[in-house]
Amino acid sequence: MTGPHASGGTERSGAPSAQARAAPFVAPALAVLCLANVLPLLWSIGISFFRFRADRLHTPPRFLGVDNYLDLMSDPDIWGHFINTVTMISSSVSVQLVVGALLAFLFHRPFPGRRLVLMLVLAPMLLSTVVVGTFFSLFYDPTFGIVSAFVRPFTGAPFAPLGTPTSAVTSLIVADAWMWSPFVMLMLLAGLEGVPLFLHEAAQIDRASPWRRFWTVVFPAIRGVLLLALLFRTIESFNMFDLIYTITNGGPGTSTESISTEIYDTAFVLFETGRASALGNISVFVVIVLTRLYFQAIQLRKEAA
Amino acid sequence: MQGEELGRRRPAGFGRTFVATLIGLIYFFPVIWMILAAFKTRADALATPPKLFFTPTLEHFWASFHRLSADGAQVFDTGLDRNFFNSLFISLVSVAFALALGALAAYGFARLRLKGRDTFMFYVLVLRMVPPITAIVPLYFLFRVSGLGGGYVAIILVYTAFNLPFAIWMLKSFIDELHRPIEEAARLDGSSELKILWRICLPQMRAGIAATAIIAFVFTWNDFLFSLLLTSVDTRTVPVAMTRVVGADVGVDWGVFAAIGTIYLLPVLLIAFFLQGQLLRGATFGTVPR
Repeated sequence: MTGPHASGGTERSGAPSAQARAAPFVAPALAVLCLANVLPLLWSIGISFFRFRADRLHTPPRFLGVDNYLDLMSDPDIWGHFINTVTMISSSVSVQLVVGALLAFLFHRPFPGRRLVLMLVLAPMLLSTVVVGTFFSLFYDPTFGIVSAFVRPFTGAPFAPLGTPTSAVTSLIVADAWMWSPFVMLMLLAGLEGVPLFLHEAAQIDRASPWRRFWTVVFPAIRGVLLLALLFRTIESFNMFDLIYTITNGGPGTSTESISTEIYDTAFVLFETGRASALGNISVFVVIVLTRLYFQAIQLRKEAA
Repeated sequence: MQGEELGRRRPAGFGRTFVATLIGLIYFFPVIWMILAAFKTRADALATPPKLFFTPTLEHFWASFHRLSADGAQVFDTGLDRNFFNSLFISLVSVAFALALGALAAYGFARLRLKGRDTFMFYVLVLRMVPPITAIVPLYFLFRVSGLGGGYVAIILVYTAFNLPFAIWMLKSFIDELHRPIEEAARLDGSSELKILWRICLPQMRAGIAATAIIAFVFTWNDFLFSLLLTSVDTRTVPVAMTRVVGADVGVDWGVFAAIGTIYLLPVLLIAFFLQGQLLRGATFGTVPR
């Protein structure tokens, strides 16, 4: 493994340069990242230009050029999954932000037993996604599920939330938002702790209305963290796999397939490794763009501080 | 530090306390449903409306670890104890590695002027954000070819690498906040950089290390996808083993599933309760000052 840090050995007046002194500190981490992340990604880029099956190691890969990419781009199913993914991300992240913000405003002031009550809200994000997924699929069961039990007295018929595309997507969003709203709450609570108290006091002395106080004191202070929450949850939701896998497995039909589940199916059900890698690389590109925005948001926060 | 902060803030009134508690209980409903289901018999668990009062049973906890033979004469091990050991071992080791390597790298990035540091930090962050499934496709193949597949080394390497970017970002943010003069003094006295990190920086940032460790631990402990595709029978962790209970041909054994889920939640719930303040910091990748 060589990185730019290794090249910086220029010595000035006898003392080793900063680069040279930093290298031994940064190198082990970069070595691990290269081995387990960068190398596989490079391999993934390489193999995406071939027809290759990871289950047939003795059949040599066949060069296809950019055919995998062209194929994906002209596949209406892929665009369908992409639209599914975007719909699910935007709805789920919006719900998470709203619920998370409400929770944060509810919980940012101390009260007796706050620590304990906060644990009730934090429990969902501490659960394994498999547990959340499996239990929600039980809640959504038409015969035994609690959702159906609530609806049945009104309609007289069992209700299957996972039965139609729209309700299946909604069901997934509810589970995802329930699990991750507390995370947004945590981020916003951290942001609210950073609001200087004297600003609150000054606003109170000025007899500013709560509404005005919110927009002039609180909002500017948490705007940055809100943006971080938005971007971080967007990226994480883009990678959402576990809940779909355990709740709907992409169904009904392919209405809840996302890009992640499509990569999984292509790579580990159909074993079309080359094509799966090409799709994976496209998703990495999307994530790099989103991360760039996230990074910019962090820099903005630093400059504001 | 958090207690002090809270002490200064205006406490919530009765109304807000009441609403917060109520919302907390509603939010907790699915979790308490699971915990109760772990103690219910099968008939009680699937009853609608859900039964609040029932005779608790421990049979599911027993059945999580043991299985009777068809004639009921012999008791077999389900192997779940092994899965628990794997989850704990793999999580602890990979978090420890991520913290150690992350602390070194964070110190390097924070204290020693590196050319192109921001670019490095950006790509480190990108590696944390890459969709896990995208990374798994090549890893699956590379581990198979190298013969590492299914072993502890492979999965620990993967989790270490996945937690590292987060550890670097978090720990760097804590190092950035430390006061420099003591370090400068030690540097003038001829202390090595490693000694400064170990003796001066790390002891001052115990809370930060705890915050980093919890978030990384919770992620690794609960991860499903990496474990699903990169572990074997010997190294399988609990989340993957749980899906076997679901996939059983007799239909889902909800009681057993709930029992395993409950046991699995308990340690993280306790850690989170005692280190709640650290979770706040951890949720923002360390970008919010104390």
